[in-house]
Amino acid sequence: MEKREFHVTAETGIHARPATLLVQAASKFNSEVSLQYQDKSVNLKSIMGVMSLGVGQNAEITITTDGDDEADAMNAVAETLKKEGLSD
Amino acid sequence: MRAMLKGIAASDGVVCGQAYRLVEPNLNVERRSITNLDSELNRFHQALEAAVSDIETIKTRATKNLGADSAQVFSAHIAMLQDPELIAAVEANIKDKRINAESALADVATGYETTLQGLTDNPYMQERITDLHDVTKRLTGHLLGITLPDLALVDHPVVVVTHDLVPSDTVSVNTKYILGFITDVGGRTSHSSILARNLNLPAVVGTQNATEQIPDGGTVILNGTRGNVIVQPTVDELAAARRDMQERVANQQRLATLRHHETTSKDGVGVMLAANIGTASDLPSVIENGAEAIGLMRTEFLYMDADQLPTEDEQFNVYRQVVQSMAPRPVVIRTLDIGGDKPLPYLKTKHEDNPFMGERAIRQSLAHQDIFRSQLRALLRASAFGHLRIMFPMIATLDEFRQAKAIYDDERSKLTTAQVPMGKVKVGMMVEVPAAAMLADRFAQEVDFMSVGTNDLIGYTMAADRTNQDVAYLYQPYHPAILRLVDRIIHAGHAAGIPVAMCGEMAGDPIAVPLLLGMGLDEFSMSAGAVLKTRELISQLNAHDLQSLVETALNSASTSQEVITMVQAAVPGVLQK
Repeated sequence: MEKREFHVTAETGIHARPATLLVQAASKFNSEVSLQYQDKSVNLKSIMGVMSLGVGQNAEITITTDGDDEADAMNAVAETLKKEGLSD
Repeated sequence: MRAMLKGIAASDGVVCGQAYRLVEPNLNVERRSITNLDSELNRFHQALEAAVSDIETIKTRATKNLGADSAQVFSAHIAMLQDPELIAAVEANIKDKRINAESALADVATGYETTLQGLTDNPYMQERITDLHDVTKRLTGHLLGITLPDLALVDHPVVVVTHDLVPSDTVSVNTKYILGFITDVGGRTSHSSILARNLNLPAVVGTQNATEQIPDGGTVILNGTRGNVIVQPTVDELAAARRDMQERVANQQRLATLRHHETTSKDGVGVMLAANIGTASDLPSVIENGAEAIGLMRTEFLYMDADQLPTEDEQFNVYRQVVQSMAPRPVVIRTLDIGGDKPLPYLKTKHEDNPFMGERAIRQSLAHQDIFRSQLRALLRASAFGHLRIMFPMIATLDEFRQAKAIYDDERSKLTTAQVPMGKVKVGMMVEVPAAAMLADRFAQEVDFMSVGTNDLIGYTMAADRTNQDVAYLYQPYHPAILRLVDRIIHAGHAAGIPVAMCGEMAGDPIAVPLLLGMGLDEFSMSAGAVLKTRELISQLNAHDLQSLVETALNSASTSQEVITMVQAAVPGVLQK
């Protein structure tokens, strides 16, 4: 299992466009990928789950990947976060 | 039964074809208990697949019309339909409660909606409720055996019949199959009409009850020139309409050959023909109609189609898309022209007794500088991607222009300090207030360009609101008083060595064009659909000969009708629109 924390820098938080891209990135892997924010955790392959968290600017989020391709999954998610300007 | 519907002639041309009702069907869901679990789950998955396939089609169309960025929302819709948690929740609902898939879906969607509504500190997520509704409706439709109508799904030639078009419909229009529009509501300047003219498709708006009178698939003749619709026409009527359509197609084919031509008069005087646009979605019609530039991009829709002020980044993305698509050709973007007549619901505006003469356009921008500055920053950032010009609307005094320019300079120097890349930007003004027209020579010393906004200039000069039917007769673009003002502005610009453009409806008016060409107007900006016709007209005109027509019209005409007669005598065959 891999676990990494991110600080959300984007002004608009994780809104529809990046949420879609995150879900698309996570869905490419077999591993379970989850997103924790405050006291809630959701499946990062579920766009409704991600959107229902309402992650805003300056949020601290934790991504967990668990499975045979967990390292690759983590890298893909981290890269999407960076590319979309969501996190450093 | 044959019937005739009357409406408003919104966009010229006659077409006949089958009606396509773009009307939301009844999607009421009946809660039923089920016995065959497997078949219900199967039904759910088939509906999911059909809905995804619809949205893929809509997304392809939107990408083609608007570019990948704007089609992004449909990727989110597809992700919702493929959401493993959503699917599992509906399946569990079907299994546990033994209810039909429609009801199971409705329960799950309501649950998500409640969650999204609870995110009160995150308006972006609350907006996603609309997306959830769209997706749920489409899925429910397929479960009920109904495909929700969508312009992108049209796969044969049709006449679209709808209550009213909304800006988002633009994304789906496929001009290959859509012959024209008929709407229940709207006027000549409503969104549906502007869209139809931009796409060069005939339209009749404001029929009041076309969606009730016209059956899906029924034959109609739409006459966008006269403003009427014949439902179930006679054989003779159909034959006549087909002849009109053929003539129109022949006309369009002839005009299409001019698409990549420059605009030059018979005696070799070159002018620039540009298009007016309201949103980035108008871009394809600009290219298709061979416009050489964008002479006016209105920015109001960006603000009016939203529930809150657009962020600087949102604006930047739109401006960049437009500037980049047109590069290296110029794009003139007008700063926000909004006020009491077009209030923004999310901004508290004072009630004004006379909004057309109230705090609108540049007056509003100078009074609410935070909004103005954010727009200028977005524009300046977009300037790095092509050839941008910025234009201030409703300038009445030099002081207003200087204030606006100073704010522009201030934002520019801040961005320079922050090392943000920017291009060279010309900063000009709309001349639409008679006071500015009279003082055009003084303005010309300080602005980089001037653009005559004829709709308002005529309105303010004649003191008449053209949307008021009782005084609409006073909207006279060829009135000698208007012509003298326009001539004065053009001369003032040229004396100072700056170009003069026109971006009102007059610029594409066949009676006005010979006069404007004779006066030496440099740039004509109009709805995209009028560009090719105007290019053809100008190619038949002798610019130098027209100078004497202009002189006679300016010096010896007393009425609008006299001017029309003079133009028709000087340029035989030119008809009044």
